[in-house]
Amino acid sequence: MEQKTKIIAEDGKQELIITREFDLPVELLFKAYDKAELVEQWMGTKVLKLENKKHGSYVYETSHNGNVVFRAHGTIHEFVHNQKIIRTFEMENMPIGAQLEFLEFEKLTADTSKLTIQIIYRSEQHRAEQLKLPFSYGINMAHNKLQEILNEFK
Amino acid sequence: MKTRRDVFQAIADPTRRAILLLLASQAMTAGAIASNFDTARPTVSKHLQILTECELLKQEQNGREVHYQLNPDKMKAVDDFLAPFRKMWDDRFNKLESLMKSYKNKK
Repeated sequence: MEQKTKIIAEDGKQELIITREFDLPVELLFKAYDKAELVEQWMGTKVLKLENKKHGSYVYETSHNGNVVFRAHGTIHEFVHNQKIIRTFEMENMPIGAQLEFLEFEKLTADTSKLTIQIIYRSEQHRAEQLKLPFSYGINMAHNKLQEILNEFK
Repeated sequence: MKTRRDVFQAIADPTRRAILLLLASQAMTAGAIASNFDTARPTVSKHLQILTECELLKQEQNGREVHYQLNPDKMKAVDDFLAPFRKMWDDRFNKLESLMKSYKNKK
């Protein structure tokens, strides 16, 4: 199946653009970002704090077997219902650093909408670290798989 | 005769993609790479040769050993480098979409 998400990472820039069209009215798309219990479900992380308002802040945390494997936080600069969110985002213990995110929610038709996320990193190198991330997860998964196979031989 | 290789042909093969993943974390010798696969050593050598020819891998002489490592510039040139990142977001957004569709129907 074709992926509906587009990523633009131009050479020599320190930003990323992510776009995606949804079969959802813009109000529902926005709600998925607005309500902590919904964010938890689609992001697959626990939401420890989410103050969706100007000068508010948020904290996400994911644990696996009792260990914290992912923790991220940021502050909200602007929060306009069904239109936009401007916020910072930083994954803890990662070499990526803080990033600035502009999320724009756009109504296409009554039942469809579009999300455009512009992410600005501190430098092109910081962006490269971000792009490497799922790649490294892939390696870990490959290693785990290998370990599983090896264990079967014991 | 040597055929011209391009990167897309190189990454089309699952074993070669697995080699690239292995080398993403560290440089390795051909022997160490081969020990990660069930395939015969000459087959792995052939894969390494193809990946080196299209410059996805660089060879580095280290005493008597040759270490293979990723050539990040060339990797970046491959659009597929973005694929895992795009897939991560696509999976996430697919989840969001189906979640909100059922949310709407509950109302």
